[in-house]
Amino acid sequence: MSELIYRLLTKNFNQIDPGSIDDYVTRGGYLSLKKALKMKDMEIIDEIKASGLKGRGGAAFPTGLKMEAVKMAEGSPKYIICNADEGEPGNFKDRYLMENDPHQVIEGMVICAIATGIRFGYIFIRGEYVKSQKIMETALEQARGKGFLGENILNTGFNFDIDIYTGAGSYVCGEEFALLVTIEGKSGRATYKPPFPTTMGLYDKPTQINNVETFCTIPHIIELGGTGFGKIGTASSKGTKLVCLSGNVKRPGLYEVPFGTTVRQVIYDLGGGVPNNRTIKMVQLGGASGPILPDEMLDVAIDFDEMRKNDLTFGSGAIIVMDERIDVLDILKRIVQFFHHESCGKCTPCREGLTQLLILIDRFIEGTASMQDLSLMNILMDTMTNSSICGLGQAAPTAVRKALEYFPEEFTSRISNHVAAAM
Amino acid sequence: MQVKDALDKYGRSPDKLIGAMLAYQNSTPCNYLTEDDIREFAKETGLPESRVHSVASFYSLLSTKPRGKYIVQVCYDVPCYVNDSLNLVKELERMLKAKMGETTEDGLFTLEYSSCLGCCDKAPAMQIGENLYGSLTKEKLSDILTEYRRKRHE
Ligand SMILES: Cc1cc2nc3c(=O)[nH]c(=O)nc-3n(C[C@H](O)[C@H](O)[C@H](O)COP(=O)(O)O)c2cc1C
Ligand code: SF4
Ligand code: FES
Repeated sequence: MSELIYRLLTKNFNQIDPGSIDDYVTRGGYLSLKKALKMKDMEIIDEIKASGLKGRGGAAFPTGLKMEAVKMAEGSPKYIICNADEGEPGNFKDRYLMENDPHQVIEGMVICAIATGIRFGYIFIRGEYVKSQKIMETALEQARGKGFLGENILNTGFNFDIDIYTGAGSYVCGEEFALLVTIEGKSGRATYKPPFPTTMGLYDKPTQINNVETFCTIPHIIELGGTGFGKIGTASSKGTKLVCLSGNVKRPGLYEVPFGTTVRQVIYDLGGGVPNNRTIKMVQLGGASGPILPDEMLDVAIDFDEMRKNDLTFGSGAIIVMDERIDVLDILKRIVQFFHHESCGKCTPCREGLTQLLILIDRFIEGTASMQDLSLMNILMDTMTNSSICGLGQAAPTAVRKALEYFPEEFTSRISNHVAAAM
Repeated sequence: MQVKDALDKYGRSPDKLIGAMLAYQNSTPCNYLTEDDIREFAKETGLPESRVHSVASFYSLLSTKPRGKYIVQVCYDVPCYVNDSLNLVKELERMLKAKMGETTEDGLFTLEYSSCLGCCDKAPAMQIGENLYGSLTKEKLSDILTEYRRKRHE
């Protein structure tokens, strides 16, 4: 078996002072930027395409294609945005990346800017992440001081600068359109797609939006070359994945693993398993918008294709372990409450659907649900998934739907006998 | 800090609005934006009052109701929940003599729920102002609150 831990994006963690650009440079930092400055713009994009890198923010869209689309799109100025609005419950990787190795984020963004010819970028950091904001602010200042950012980067005549934008507490703002309107100073509500941000983004200009982890991967692709990088991982999923392990587990934390590692390996080999010799009741993958699995499913690999084949998603990388004491419906209620609170209220299927879903779940919890409620719940969830405007409403029922698939008895056993008998 | 000062510092273009509102709000003694503040932001930026109001009421870090000097935000989400965050809330309510959503009598703390704070590996977690606290126990809580009570006089 290959090594479970693969230090690529986390290689500097605990090795450097995040407040020191010299530490970063000493360990090879900004060498990829220097290399990229000598490459032709399309060469950079070709390397990223060849690497097979897919976005780490949840949707797994090929990053090279996104960059190419922005480069080819009409309109100027164009923008680059780093999505650091991390708010999916169970995720903390972007915070760790910014707080432990801020220059890696900046280097990735500047390399993308060179490739796409963009002059200006934002890092959108969620409002609660005050420490990340300060560390990134300092790092940007230092990068400008050393000529890696700003006017005339390393005397090549290339200009690119980055501003930090802070959110004010709203999960939906991580969705790309909600994020864009927030930067424009409006309340963050999503809009219909297409057009996509690559053609009509910030101020209706072509915009490249990527997750923090995606940008952090870019310098390594330039260093290793697209094909070199592509040797890490599996056929469908290249490179490493940062996994956020939490819940009822002995050693929760951030782990970097090559794609292909199984969920069980992360929980047991890295996380040490469940404390107090308890067994696993269920695991949620990806975060609140991800599926809930029983123990029997944990041998699934962290791999885009394998996840898809099993009708699962890995989202941005959370693994939340829940032991035998935890009640499935109690957890589902909390998850739906999260979405209910975070829904922006713009479209009916999401806004009203979540209110109704909560009522239905409560009936099961109280034991007053009927068989009809079960089918009603299915219809409701289909409607939400098919007709909500943005990913929040579309993915909100995922946990409930998967729980119905894997833990049907949790629902049927709570259907009121009285009602069941009458039917 | 005046509304004008916040806007002078952040700028008056729409993309600076939220930052300026947050900075101004956090400098007020009761951590919120009054109707007058909102009107002033609208006047100063030239944006419609309705738009400034919709921003103020949309984001959970902005408030249109008076709050305490320190906002204690306890994480509500699953990783913290399965690590006993409910007990943490009970303990806080007992120590502060205030229920979830309320402000303490001395106006020092407001107890609120928050969505995941990105500290799930150190659950249960909470945030007070700029500071994130994880792996919370009864003892730790009591120390933290004492520290803030002491700090109020600085
Ligand atoms: C409700 C919602 C919240 C999201 N939150 C985030 C987030 O916090 N960070 C992020 O990178 N992407 C988030 N996304 C995904 C983004 O819309 C977008 O796909 C991503 O930033 C693209 O980057 P990538 O291609 O590098 O993955 C969210 C999507 C939805 C629907
Ligand atoms: S799906 Fe929900 S969050 Fe998205 S636009 Fe509709 S109401 Fe808003
Ligand atoms: S769930 Fe509590 S900090 Fe993430």
